[in-house]
Amino acid sequence: MAIDIDVERRFGASVIGAQFTAEAGLTALFGPSGVGKTSLLNMVAGLLRPDRGHIRIGGRTLFDGATDLPPEARRVGYVFQDGRLFPHRRVKANLLYGWRLADPANRWMTLDEAADFLGIGHLLGRWPQSLSGGEAQRVAIGRALLAAPQILLMDEPLSSLDAARRDDIMTVIERIRDELKVPILYVSHDRAEVDRLATQIVEVGK
Amino acid sequence: MLSAEEWGIVALSLKVGGVAVLATLPLAFALAWVLARYRFPGRLLLDALVHLPLVLPPVVTGWLLLVAFGPLGPIGSRLQEWLGVTLMFRWTGAALAAAIMALPLMVRAMRLSIEGIDRRLEGAARTLGAGRWHAFRTVSLPLALPGVLAALVLGFARSIGEFGATITFVSNIPGETQTLPLAIYSALQVPGAEAMVTRLALLSVALSLGALILSEWLVRRTHAERARHGD
Repeated sequence: MAIDIDVERRFGASVIGAQFTAEAGLTALFGPSGVGKTSLLNMVAGLLRPDRGHIRIGGRTLFDGATDLPPEARRVGYVFQDGRLFPHRRVKANLLYGWRLADPANRWMTLDEAADFLGIGHLLGRWPQSLSGGEAQRVAIGRALLAAPQILLMDEPLSSLDAARRDDIMTVIERIRDELKVPILYVSHDRAEVDRLATQIVEVGK
Repeated sequence: MLSAEEWGIVALSLKVGGVAVLATLPLAFALAWVLARYRFPGRLLLDALVHLPLVLPPVVTGWLLLVAFGPLGPIGSRLQEWLGVTLMFRWTGAALAAAIMALPLMVRAMRLSIEGIDRRLEGAARTLGAGRWHAFRTVSLPLALPGVLAALVLGFARSIGEFGATITFVSNIPGETQTLPLAIYSALQVPGAEAMVTRLALLSVALSLGALILSEWLVRRTHAERARHGD
């Protein structure tokens, strides 16, 4: 699955942009804080409109001069830094939110498979507010996977976790990369994290 | 405890208040949404217009309604001509007056809760495949619900207490426009009706107090629920 991204957007005096191509595997967007790595993911997700450029994933054009698919049509799974689970829905309803909206022909995972894969079967009846940081991040990953994405965006998914949880979630991410073979765009400013997970590194802000 | 006449007054008040808030709710929500979410020229003016009934002497509001909705008014004459509807001296007119007086309170309550919604949750919903409308229905609206319920309760309490605009616009007609406060006012003019005044006044206090407590409880319930699940 080829990923071809070339985007630019101006924020006041500074310009945020990146140009790279990537294959399957985990592509790390690596760079110091404040260079706009999250903005890049938001552009890929359709939450932020680039001033110019293109975004193509697996032969589908998500954005170029003529096309600008809305977020809901992009099939891009997004795991946010803070999980961002819906506080008014239990874990199960959070997980199924995107799954229910996905075209049945596109779905490639069931609730049971996701719960099993992530080890969150015992959390289904809980409210998001009652989850630990690691649990919430697993649920957020499951919610994104169940929405039948072609690519996964991860924005510093380990930053709010302690050392032990970080290792847990890194193992989960490796298994998504190697077993599920979902391409991942992964934003981080942590060298060790990137060295362990990335199959390709794109330096941002240089 | 209450006489048949008094029950009739209470029933009319509840009808006027209920119709007023339910009919106003969609408009009030739209105004709250626009004021909470958008920056546009004239926003300050719109905000001021919405709040105007809160500070204007109610008799002025009533007079403006009379001018606009009276038989010769620009709106009243058309309602009469096209739909055969008259609001003046009718309970529907009392509901209109109550609705306008309740609008600012309703908009305020809902605006607060709309401003409290984390908009990034709507972005998350979009990336999960929800269109704008679906994200609104399944994320924004449920999260704004405590504010909507509080607005209904507060607006209702304000409506059944409305006096000045109502008596100016639709007069004080027993059985048609004589709501609780108007009935109390009438009874005060009659010697020997002190017992009735006391009963209706106590009823008013109970209704208002109940509404305030209920609306406060609705707002807190959400906070409490979040806190309870928070650790």
